[in-house]
Amino acid sequence: MKQLQAFIRKEFKHIFRDGLTVLILFVMPIAQLLIFGYVVSTEMRDAHIGILDHARDEATREITRRMAASGYFKIDAMLSSEAQIEPAFRQGRLKMVVVFEPGFSQRLQKDGTASVQLLADASDANTAQLLTGYSNGIIQKFAMEQNVASGAMPSIHTQVRMFYNEALKGVFMSVPGLMAMILMIVSAMMTSISITREKEFGSMEVLLISPLKPWQIIVGKVIPYLLLAFVNILTILSMSYWVFQMPVNGSLALLLGVSTLFTLVALSLGIFISTVASNQMVAMFISMFALMLPTILLSGFIYPIENMPWALQVLSNIMPPKWFIIAIKRIMLQGGGMEYIWKEVLILSGFVVLFITLSVKRFNVRIG
Amino acid sequence: MITIHQLTKQFGPVTAVDRVSLTVNGGELFGFIGPDGAGKTTLLRMVNSLMLPTSGEVSLWGLNPVTDYKQVRTMIGYMPGKFSLYLDLTVEENLQFFASVFGTTVAENYHLIADIYSHIELFKHRKAGQLSGGMKQKLALSCALIHKPRLLILDEPTTGVDAVSRGEFWEMLRKLKHSGITILVSTPYMDEAALCDRVALMQNGNVLQVDTPIGITQGFTRPLFAIRTQHRHEALQSLRGWEYVHKVYPYGETLHYIDHRQGVTVDDIEAYLSVCGIAHQGVQRVAPGIEDRFMELMDG
Repeated sequence: MKQLQAFIRKEFKHIFRDGLTVLILFVMPIAQLLIFGYVVSTEMRDAHIGILDHARDEATREITRRMAASGYFKIDAMLSSEAQIEPAFRQGRLKMVVVFEPGFSQRLQKDGTASVQLLADASDANTAQLLTGYSNGIIQKFAMEQNVASGAMPSIHTQVRMFYNEALKGVFMSVPGLMAMILMIVSAMMTSISITREKEFGSMEVLLISPLKPWQIIVGKVIPYLLLAFVNILTILSMSYWVFQMPVNGSLALLLGVSTLFTLVALSLGIFISTVASNQMVAMFISMFALMLPTILLSGFIYPIENMPWALQVLSNIMPPKWFIIAIKRIMLQGGGMEYIWKEVLILSGFVVLFITLSVKRFNVRIG
Repeated sequence: MITIHQLTKQFGPVTAVDRVSLTVNGGELFGFIGPDGAGKTTLLRMVNSLMLPTSGEVSLWGLNPVTDYKQVRTMIGYMPGKFSLYLDLTVEENLQFFASVFGTTVAENYHLIADIYSHIELFKHRKAGQLSGGMKQKLALSCALIHKPRLLILDEPTTGVDAVSRGEFWEMLRKLKHSGITILVSTPYMDEAALCDRVALMQNGNVLQVDTPIGITQGFTRPLFAIRTQHRHEALQSLRGWEYVHKVYPYGETLHYIDHRQGVTVDDIEAYLSVCGIAHQGVQRVAPGIEDRFMELMDG
């Protein structure tokens, strides 16, 4: 136990005596959070939407057909009541629901005006905005083409409502992704670099010759970064809460729990990288290309997963950050409890077990 | 006692250590002498359990570093070739860290390192990265000794260290030997061989000879001359062309010349040099050193 304590104390000294490490650990997360207040927007394709048609007449069927034909949407569900909307959003099944009022066609013919409601899941702000924009375009075009008995200009009144993120703040969607990215850097990259540094400088040879057991070396490396990552989680959350007024609708304990779980995924990944890489450069490159780029590009952080080619969508399933981002969005924005994120929690736990097993198998008590 | 039997290590097509067999007695200061790439580091790593041999065996007082590596590692103090302490920790922090890792304290075994550590204690609050080469070696040695190992393995401890510090370092090893610790040390410096109890001369993974330093030079029987000249290149060319030459090579500031004939004198050689028109500042018959023996053995 004393050996482990000495090891952890040494590890903290390494961290706090290196200016660059301190900068990466404490300044970078804050800077990135501020920068990512603005988010890249992109075009949407095949977004899953639901239709709640109270009218079931020619006009609503035609609008639905046109939406499906546009390529932007994929009609995933025909809903029968308002009550089904929220659960569908929480499960992440639907991005938007179109609600037609009863007697839509008649009202349009008689009064020259009818109403349609667009409800969007705006925890992904970009997607929500794009989807409602596209829908509105299709609906208004349809309205223009109608010959109305009254001779007046026909109009369809669209009423848009954004769920979960009414103000459409981009930072709401970037905070979860940013947390994923920062935890990846702090946990996976920094741990793998700090372990490979010992290999590179030859001190690993001395540590191996010492009575320290492999698990003590690994735990000694992991604990300081786990603590620092937790500090980062708190920093990011408090900043997004107080600076960007991002809500935490669900349980704070659950949120911290899931974040810690994801930190463990990243740490175990970092250890695994260090068993593969022989020096700091290699560890850094693996972290950058195997972790950072997928985290940014394939996790749904910046580019919507629905938008990706089929092969990349499949690939995105093996990216741990994807599941973490889904889970914390559910908790923070949609106020979902454990019953809505158990699948993601299970997948993340699976990753921890996988990487730890691989690392223990690969950890070399010898060199060469 | 340490026995090494037919020890071999292969890296792909390269044989780094080739069927080495030798015995080191308990309490001995044993040197592995040879140029870079001779296989010294690989051999030491197989002894200390860090590397698995391709074939052959090592026994450390009955323990096998392959199967009993956990026990072996508690009784070894190891100083790798590269300075392997933490540059961002201070002298004192390094020492304390290694003491705790080995389950002891600096105070408990201070007497073991007092002699060595006293040289650097003045700088104990200085970071290890800011020490001179010689002081770094002393710190590394202190860290390797702090848990009172039975066997101390030093891989090229004096490489890159100034001459004065090298002398001090060897002085310390001689003293340590008296406290009963067995020491294996590797070095590329031939002059350090004379400071060991016994040495193994190594080249290309093979041990050429194992003997005491005196025994090794005694194996050298041909007459050896040191020639001092400004025209080393011309002298080398001329001597190589002489019918009586056995071998001639640069040795420090001079040339070492070995003759076939037993009865040859300084006058014979001076005469030949003047025939060739080479000015010189003196020819001397000299006693062979370990390097001369090494040059001899290298030709097989």
